Formats: sequence, structure tokens, C-alpha cells
Amino acid sequence: MPENSVDKTAQQKWMAVLAKADWPTLEKLWKDQRNNYQFQTIRKPETGLVMVRGRAGGSGAPFNLGEATVTRCTVQSSAGNKGNAYVLGRNHTHALVAAELDAALQDETRNGSLLEEIIEPLARMAASKKQHHREKVATTKVDFFTMVRGED
Amino acid sequence: MYVAVKGGEKAIDNAHKLLKEKRRGDTQIAEITTGQISEQLTLAVDRVMTEGSLYDRSLAALAIKQARGDLIEAIFLIRASRTTLPRFGYSKPVETDKMELSRRISATYKDLPGGQLLGPTFDYTHRLLESELETDQPASQQHRGILSDQNSIDSTDVKSEIANEEQTIAAPIIPHVLDLLGEEGLMEPPSNEPKDHEPEDLTRQPLSFPASRDLRLQNLARGDEGFLLALGYSTQRGYARNHPFAGEIRVGTVAIEFEPEELGFAIEIGEIELTECEMVNQFKGSEKAPPQFTRGYGLTFGHCERKAMSMAQIDRSLRAEELGEQKTAPSQDGEFVLSHSDNVQATGFVEHLKLPHYVDFQSELELIRRMHQEHDAASPESDQQAKDMTTHEAAE
Repeated sequence: MPENSVDKTAQQKWMAVLAKADWPTLEKLWKDQRNNYQFQTIRKPETGLVMVRGRAGGSGAPFNLGEATVTRCTVQSSAGNKGNAYVLGRNHTHALVAAELDAALQDETRNGSLLEEIIEPLARMAASKKQHHREKVATTKVDFFTMVRGED
Repeated sequence: MYVAVKGGEKAIDNAHKLLKEKRRGDTQIAEITTGQISEQLTLAVDRVMTEGSLYDRSLAALAIKQARGDLIEAIFLIRASRTTLPRFGYSKPVETDKMELSRRISATYKDLPGGQLLGPTFDYTHRLLESELETDQPASQQHRGILSDQNSIDSTDVKSEIANEEQTIAAPIIPHVLDLLGEEGLMEPPSNEPKDHEPEDLTRQPLSFPASRDLRLQNLARGDEGFLLALGYSTQRGYARNHPFAGEIRVGTVAIEFEPEELGFAIEIGEIELTECEMVNQFKGSEKAPPQFTRGYGLTFGHCERKAMSMAQIDRSLRAEELGEQKTAPSQDGEFVLSHSDNVQATGFVEHLKLPHYVDFQSELELIRRMHQEHDAASPESDQQAKDMTTHEAAE
């Protein structure tokens, strides 16, 4: 499913898929199901900053590279599950939907169908987009040949 | 010194109206959209994000539009905008060896494990203008295809379209070229500090000297591309002897991981594009240890290759003291480089000279007049001669 899937909990995986989801698709997929649930907003969508860190030399000590806008949101489902979302960018509705789905997915009776109908299609879509990108980039793979210099 | 002035409101209002009109240009020509800027002037957006120190494509596009294409003004707008937002925390350090590559090259090895990918590059173009770009192409009617070039986002279609797609796993780990040299013991480690070192943050504390490497890297990452380019160039021309090789340049997307306090576990919150450059520099050894290559590091938001390369050169030259090199060049002087790299600070100080300095100048004027009077009083004769000369010249 999502990237770096080793050692990650199911919740971490679906939260990653929701945060990285193509927004129009996520909106469409959730619209069909949204009416089956009720949520209470605990923390309205709010945009703030996360300082992105890099590592000196790519793998050394951390340093602060620069910030990124992030929108967060917390809801509670009628079943009592708290749903959280942190989504890069400033799309408040995306954060709200991701938080609602995080709550809905914690409901064991719904988890299976939501994974199948929303999370897995979104993950496949992201994977397919990446595959398409990789194929295009692979066409620019280069083999340079070293020429023998003319001089002695 | 600038002293506050009053008045001029009407003229200022009108000047801003005129600015709006100028920004819009000829109304016979369609207004540019932020979407067009974000999609088609991508490298301008990348520069504004990097030097504005804020990753947000649509905000950067808006800033470029508002600033009439003046990128330093746009960077200023972004820096001002970020101060209005709360800070949620720090991300985990990005893992660039897991980057989903769109470009990866090395000038040191032709056969790299993982291969060389040219990606979208201006390199090897002939730098001839392409006149066909002068003709506007209409927008494609298709939805921007995520699913290869499929165009529907109807949910049932989405499900069936992607149902058959194989799920691909994460991007393979592509080792850093410099780490390969490191494994042979020919390259110094990536940093002296440990991997869990807590870095300082320029946005939380003022710059002080000598600055730590992490503070220097943060400063350089948001520093002006032109300034760093010129300084990087100076190191190649002999002002700081550290001949560089572009060990590796990679461009691509990485996941951002963040651990919200209330959750207690890290989550991926999205992906950003980065450019990374690792320079290989001349080696250094001692009686105790055999020589090893040294290195400089550059990292930027978006695709800012020239900036990442210059940053890596300056990261290296600023390590002069640490590596026991003689400090002879501007690029080796941390206080000089880091105090002047920020174009928002620089433009603020240079451009404030335009604002009324009447009181300040009046006092200068009074001083110079008094000096003239004193001079005249002290040597009336020579002054008389000078006056005669002036009258004489004027008569001619």
C-alpha cells in the first residue's frame, strides 16, 4: 500500500494515503459514503507550519531546511472514535475529510469496506501515477562513454 | 536614519492604484492565472518557495503574480505571510535516499548503481529560442490525467480503472554516491555531529558567530541564489581552493513525516519536491589518518539546481576553519557570507534608502554648511581666489 510500509500500523498507513490522496478523487469517493456517518468537529481545520528538516550530507546531522504549510483537523464520530488529519497545504476540506475518514476507519465494523472502497483505490491510484512517472523518467536514462583524449 | 513622516496619503493611494493597473497590463490580453504560474513558471515558483523558506506552490504563485514577476518582492511577500501562521512543529529529517527521482546525475561516475537519469533538463539544449512557443496552445479538454491519461474522476470509473493496476511498492532506495565512497573509506562522514543532533533554528533565534553547520545550512538554503552563485563561482576561480566535482545531483519527491504531539506517532503528511547536490572536494589527511575527500551539501525546495550546487560549494568553503584551511577568501568568511545572503534583509536595508531621510539629511546639510563657514572664516584669501575662479569660469 503506502510507501515505507514496513513497521507501520494500519492507521499510519491509511492516514498517509489520505494525506497524499488526489483531492478531487478523495472528495468523490467519500461523497458516496459520507451520509452513513455523523461527526462532531473537535478542532476545526486550521492551517499552520511544519519546519521541514534535512540532513547534512544527505545522511548526517539534521538541519532546518524551511517550512511548509500544513492543515490539521480533529473530529469525533458518533461511535466515539477520534479522527485526526495533518495534510500538506491549505485545503481545509481535504483535512476535514481525512479526519472524518480516520475516525470512520477506526470503527471495526466499517474498516474493511472503507479500506476496500476508498483507501485501496487511492493507494493504487497514487502507485499508478508513480509508475507512470517512473516510466517517463526511465526514458531519459543515460549511458555516457568516455572518449580517449587526443593528446599524449 | 529613517524618521516617520506624515501626509501623502492621497498620493500613496493613487500610486497603489496605478500599481494595480500596471500589474494587469493591457486588458485586451487575458489575465494570467495563479494556476498558470504554478504549472508553467514552475522554476520561478520553486525559487520563491526556496528563498521564501515556505513550501506552498499556490501561495508562491500568488506572490509572483502580485509582485509583477519581481521574485525578490515575491519572496518578501512569502516571508511576511508565514509570520501570520502558527508553527505546529518540526518534521522528521527527509530521507533523500528514498526519493522518487525525476532526475539524478553524477559528474564523477558514469556507471552509478541505480543509473543516471537526465530528467527534464536544460542541459544539452542549444539555447536557441523556440519560436513555436510564441503561438498560444489551447488548454487540453482532458482532465489532467492521474490515471495515465484517463480523464474521468467519477468514483465508479476510478474504482474500475485502477482495480487492475498492480500496486507498486515504494521507490527503491538509491544510495548516495558519496556514501559509496564513504564505504571505501575515501570520503569523510556526512557531518561531525551525530544523526540525532538537535539543530538550531534561525526563525527562533538570531544568527550569531561562529555559526554551527546546521545554522549555516539553514541560512544558505534560504539565501539568495544570485549571491551564492557568485560566491560559488569565486571559489572555482581560486578564491578558496577547494576544487569541486558534482558527485551527485538528484531531483524528486520525498514524503514528509511529522509526529503530532497529540498522536504520539509519526504520520506522512504529504510529499514535496526537493533538489539535492553533493559536491566532492579535495582531500585532506593527517599523519594519523590517510587522506579522504571532503564534501559540501546543498538542498532546496522544488527544482533549484543552480542554487543547490552553489549552496554545496559555499557549505564546503565555510568549513575552512574546521578543516584547518587558511581563510583568505570572502566565501570562507562565515560572518560575511551569512550576514549578506538573505535577500529580504538585503533589499530591506538597501531599499529603505528610498524612504524620506529628510531630518537626517538636514543635519548633514547643516554640518557641511557650518564646515564651509568655518573654512571661509579661517582662510578668507584662498577662498576669495576660489570664488574669483568660479566667477571667471562661469563668465566663459
